[in-house]
Amino acid sequence: METILLFSPLIGALIAGFGWKFIGETAAQWIATGLLFLTAALSWTVFLTFDGVTENIQVVRWIESGTFSTDWAIRMDRLTATMLIVITTVSALVHLYSFGYMAHDENFREGEHYKARFFAYLSFFTFAMLMLVTADNLVQLFFGWEGVGVASYLLINFYFRKPSANAAAMKAFIVNRVGDFALILGIAGLYLLVDSVRFEDIFAAAPQLAETSIRFLWTDWNAANLLGFLLFVGAMGKSAQLFLHTWLPDAMEGPTPVSALIHAATMVTAGVFLVCRMSPIMEYAPAATTFIVYVGAFTAFFAATVGLVQNDIKRVIAYSTCSQLGYMFVAAGLGVYSVAMFHLLTHAFFKAMLFLGAGSVIHGMHHEQDMRNYGGLRKKLPVTFWAMMIGTLAITGVGIPLLYVGFPVGFAGFVSKDAIIESAFVGNTFAFWMLVVAALMTSFYSWRLMFLTFYGKPRGDKHTHEHAHESPTVMLVPLGVLAIGAIFSGMVFYKPYFGSQESVDKFFGIGQKGEAHAYFEPPQLVAPAYAATDTDDHGDEHHERDQKAGEGAIFIGPENHMIHEAHLVPKWVKVSPFIAMILGFLLAFQMYIRRPDLPKKLAENQWPLYQFLLNKWYFDELYEAIFVQPAKALGRLLWKRGDMGTIDGGINGLAMGIIPFFTRLAGRAQSGYIFTYAFSMVIGIVVLITWMTLVSGN
Amino acid sequence: MLANDLAILTPEILLAIYAMLALIAIVYTGKDAMARLSLWMTSGVFIGLAAWIGLSGQGTNIAFDGMFVDDAFSRFAKVTILLSAAAVLLMSQDYMERRDLLRFEYPLLIALAAVGMMVMVSAGDLMALYMGLELQSLALYVVASLRRDNLKSTEAGLKYFVLGALSSGLLLYGASLTYGYAGTTLFSGIIEAASGDGPMSLGLVFGLVFLSAGLAFKVSAAPFHMWTPDVYEGSPTPVTAFFATAPKVAAMCLFARVVHDAFGGSVGDWQQIVAFLAVISMFLGAIAAIGQTNIKRLMAYSSIAHMGFALMGLAAGTALGVQAMLIYMAIYVTMNIGTFAFILSMEKEGQPVTEIAALNSFAKREPLQALAVLVLMFSLAGVPPMVGFFGKYGVLIAAVDAGLSWLAIAGVIASVIGAFYYLRIVYYMYFGDDRDAVDYKASPVLWGMLVASAAIMVIGVLNFFGIEAPAAQAAAALVN
Repeated sequence: METILLFSPLIGALIAGFGWKFIGETAAQWIATGLLFLTAALSWTVFLTFDGVTENIQVVRWIESGTFSTDWAIRMDRLTATMLIVITTVSALVHLYSFGYMAHDENFREGEHYKARFFAYLSFFTFAMLMLVTADNLVQLFFGWEGVGVASYLLINFYFRKPSANAAAMKAFIVNRVGDFALILGIAGLYLLVDSVRFEDIFAAAPQLAETSIRFLWTDWNAANLLGFLLFVGAMGKSAQLFLHTWLPDAMEGPTPVSALIHAATMVTAGVFLVCRMSPIMEYAPAATTFIVYVGAFTAFFAATVGLVQNDIKRVIAYSTCSQLGYMFVAAGLGVYSVAMFHLLTHAFFKAMLFLGAGSVIHGMHHEQDMRNYGGLRKKLPVTFWAMMIGTLAITGVGIPLLYVGFPVGFAGFVSKDAIIESAFVGNTFAFWMLVVAALMTSFYSWRLMFLTFYGKPRGDKHTHEHAHESPTVMLVPLGVLAIGAIFSGMVFYKPYFGSQESVDKFFGIGQKGEAHAYFEPPQLVAPAYAATDTDDHGDEHHERDQKAGEGAIFIGPENHMIHEAHLVPKWVKVSPFIAMILGFLLAFQMYIRRPDLPKKLAENQWPLYQFLLNKWYFDELYEAIFVQPAKALGRLLWKRGDMGTIDGGINGLAMGIIPFFTRLAGRAQSGYIFTYAFSMVIGIVVLITWMTLVSGN
Repeated sequence: MLANDLAILTPEILLAIYAMLALIAIVYTGKDAMARLSLWMTSGVFIGLAAWIGLSGQGTNIAFDGMFVDDAFSRFAKVTILLSAAAVLLMSQDYMERRDLLRFEYPLLIALAAVGMMVMVSAGDLMALYMGLELQSLALYVVASLRRDNLKSTEAGLKYFVLGALSSGLLLYGASLTYGYAGTTLFSGIIEAASGDGPMSLGLVFGLVFLSAGLAFKVSAAPFHMWTPDVYEGSPTPVTAFFATAPKVAAMCLFARVVHDAFGGSVGDWQQIVAFLAVISMFLGAIAAIGQTNIKRLMAYSSIAHMGFALMGLAAGTALGVQAMLIYMAIYVTMNIGTFAFILSMEKEGQPVTEIAALNSFAKREPLQALAVLVLMFSLAGVPPMVGFFGKYGVLIAAVDAGLSWLAIAGVIASVIGAFYYLRIVYYMYFGDDRDAVDYKASPVLWGMLVASAAIMVIGVLNFFGIEAPAAQAAAALVN
C-alpha cells in the first residue's frame, strides 16, 4: 500500500507530462488528479490504521559503495504519517482546484498547451515531497529535498514569459542553495562520524555524538550541536526562516495553487519536519535548539511586522506563512516536536485555504492582486468570503479560552498556536513575548486583509468590480473541504499531539513495543479513557520515561518535560494570545472599517517606519549590496578578464599564434638539403653529449 | 654445440635461404612475370614463420655465446615485424601492379630486410646488432628508390642512404667507444662494466650517447628524424607503408634491448637521453605535422610523434614501461596499416593522390570508408573509446609510475596539439566542400585491411586481443 501511495503521483506526473499528447490534455489532468486522490485516500487509511511502531519498507537498494549503503526505503512512523495526510490532502485538493484556476490563463498564448504540464509539475512535486518525508536515510531525504526544490523552481517559473517570475524562481533556487549547502555538510558530517546515513544508525549514535567533538573551520565543536546547527540551516533555507526568507514572498509569482500547495502547506514545512525527524540529535544539541528558538521567534515577529503593511494579497499571506513557520520552529526548538507537527498540520489546512481563497478572489477579479483595488467583495464572492472568514478565524486563533471539554474549543489555529505559546512560556520567556506580539500582528494583518477585500466600498477599476464573479464549483469544493480541516483539526487532534505526555508517547509509538495497536479505533476518534485521565493528572506525578534515541517517531529526552509543564502555566498565559487576537482585531476594525483614513495618516506620521516595513526591513537591498553585486562583479571579472582574456586569449594565442609559428619554423628547417639534415643530427649529438657530460660525469 | 646454436637461429636462416633461393630461381625463370607469385609466397613465408615463432618458442635460448638471444621479447617483436611486413606486402600488390612497379625483387628485398630486423631484435652483442641493422638498412635503401625513373623516389633513396651512412657511422663510433671502455662487445659484459661502483665512466657515457643517436635515427626520433618526411613522401606509397611499420618496431625493440641488456644497470643515465628524445619527438611531430598538406608527409610526422610516445614508455625504465611500449607499437602498427590501406586507395584519374584537400566531402560518397578512417584518425589522436587512447594511457601510466610526471604532462599536451591535424582530416571528409574530390578505388584486400583495422580499434578495447599477457612476458624477459 505504501509503495502504491508513494509512486502513484510519479506515475501521474509521467503520464501527464509525457503522455498528454496521446491522451489529450483533459484526460491527462484527470488521471493526475485521480491518482492524487487515490494517494490521499491511502494516506488517510495509513494514518488512521497506523499503530505507532516504526516500520521500514525497502523499495530498492540504491547506492552501495564501500561502507556507504543506501536503500530506497519507506520509513513509516507517526511523523511520516502526519506529513502524508497533510501533503496528499492539500495536493489532491489543489489538483482539483487547478482545473478551475488554470482553465484560462492570459500568460499563455491562444492554443498553447500548458495545463498538462502544470499538473505534471504538481504531481512531480507531490512525489518528491513524499520521497522526502518517507525517507529512511538522509540521502533519500536529500533527494526528495532537492526534488521539491526543482519542482518549486519549475512552478514559480511557470509563467515563463514574465521576467519577474524568472527572477523569483532563480532567487528561490539560489537562496535555497545556501541552506542546502549547510544541509549536505550536516549529512556529510553525520556520515563521517556515524559511518551511516540511515536514520536508525544515526539516532542510535546520537548520545555518543553529544560527547564527540569535531573539527570544523579550524575550531573544535561539539558534534551534536554543530550537526544540529548545520541541519537547521538547511531547514532555514527550505522553510524561509529569517536571513534565508527572502525568496518566499517573491515565490508568489507562481500560480496561486502553487503558492497554496508548495509555499504554504507542504514544501516550506519540510524544514520543520527535518528538525522533528532529527529530534534525537536535537535533544542532545542544546545550543543548536536555543538557536532554533531564537531564529523562529525572530522570524515570527519580523514576518508579522512586514505583513502589516503589504498591499499584495498573496504577499500578506506569504509573510503570514513565514511568521507561522517561525512559530513551528519555536516549538521544535523547545523540544515539543509533537506541538510543532500539530501546528504544521492545522496550519496546512487553514493556510492552504487562505491561499486558495485568495486565488479565488484573484480569479474573480481578473488577476488583480492589489488589495487597495478590492473592497466590498462580500456580496460578489459569498462562498469565497465565508471560506476566507473561516481561514482568518483559524489563523488568528479564535476560540473559547479556558474552556476544556476533553479538548479546548476553538478553531484549528487557536488550539495549536496556543499550545506553542504555552510551551514557549515554559521554555523561553523571550520567545513567548515575541510570539504573543506576533499573534497580535497576525490578527491585525489578517483582519486587515479581510476588511480591505470584502468590506467597505469597491475601489480600483470599476469595470473589474462589475465583472467580479464567484469561482466555479470545482474551485469551491476544495475550499469547503479545507474549511472542515480549519475548523475541526485543532480540536480533533489536540490530544494525540499535545494532550499529555502519555497520549503523545502513545501516539508517536514511544514505549509501545509489543502491544501495538492502532491509536485511532474507528469510528471512535478519541478514546474516552484519555479524556478522563488527562484533566486530572496534570502535575500529580512525573511520568517516568526511559526512551531510547531512535525509538518511536520523535525522541523526547529524559530531561524534557515540556508538554507536562506547558499544561501548568498560569491562566493569564493561556489567555494572552486570545487577548492579543482581540486587540489586533479591534485595531484593524478601527482602522479599516470605522476610520478608513487612519492608515494613511499613520503612514505619513510614521513615514520612516512605514517605509522600513514596506520594504521588508530592506533585506533585499542589503543582500543586493552585500552578496549579489560583489558576486556579479566577481563573475564579470572572471568572465571578461579570466575567461575571455586569460583563458580564451591564452588558448587562442597558443593555437593561432605560437604553434603556427613553430610549425613554420619546422617547415623551414625541413629544407630538403642533406647537409641541413646532417647538421641537425650533429646538433642533437652535441646537445646530448654536453648534457650527459654535465649531469653524469660527476 | 654448433648444431644447437644453428637450431636456435633456424627461422632467420630459413628466411635468408628462402630469399636467396627464390631470387636465383626467379632470375633464371620468369623474372617480373613471377613478381606476383614471389609476393604471395613471401607473405606466406612471413605468416608461416610468425606462426611458428609465436607458437613454438619457449624460454630463453642463447646462441653463439650470447651474440644471439631468443627470448619472449624477441619473439614478440619478430611476430609483430613479420605479420606487419606480410600485411604491407599484400597491400602493395594491387597498387604496384597498376602502376607497373611490381618487380620480383621487391618482396625478396623485404624478406632480407626482415631477416635483418629479426637479427636486430635478437642481438646480444654489438656485432650482431650492427650486422642486423645494416642488412635491414641496405635492403631499405634499395626499396626506397624502387621507382628508378622517378626523381623523388631516387632522391628519397639517396637521402636515406647518405643520412643512414652518417647514422651508421655514429652508431659504430659509439660501439667502438663502448668496446674500448668495456673491453667486450657482448651486452652481458657491457652491463657489468657499466654498473660497477660509482658513476659510469665518461667513455661509456659517450658510447651510450652515440649508440642512442644511431638508434634514434632508425626510429626517426627528433632531432634525428629529418630524413623521415622526405623519404616517406618520395618513396612509392607501399614502401612508405613498410617504412612506417616493421622497421619502426624492429628499431624500437633494438633500442629497448640495448638500453636494458647493455646498460640496464644505469637507468638514470639513459633515461635522460630517451626522455629527451621522447619529448622533442612528441612536440616536433605534433607541431610540424600541422603545416603539412601531403598526407604521406603528415603520416611521417605522425610517426615521429608516435615514436615519441613509445620512447616515453621506454624512458620509464621499468618492465611496465617496456610492456606499454610493446603494446603501443603493436597498436601503432595496426593503425598505420589501416591508414596506409586507405592512402593506397586514394587516386584521381588513375594517378595516386596524396593531397589532404582531396579528401573533401569524402564521407558523402563513401560513408563506410569515411567512418573507418574517422575511427582510425580518432585512434591515432588518442580519443578515448578507441584503442589508440589505451596505448597512450599505458605509456603515460608507466611514465608516471617511474616518477616522470613532467614527461607524461608534456605527452598529454603534445597529444592535444597533435589531435588537430588528425581531426582536420576528419573535418575535410565530413564538412569539406565538393571541389577536388578524390576517386576511391579499393581492391578487396585494401578495403578489408582498412575496415579490419578500424574494427580492431573499436573492438580491441575489450581485451586488446589478449596481447597484454605476451607483452608482459616479453617485458619480463627483457627487464630483470
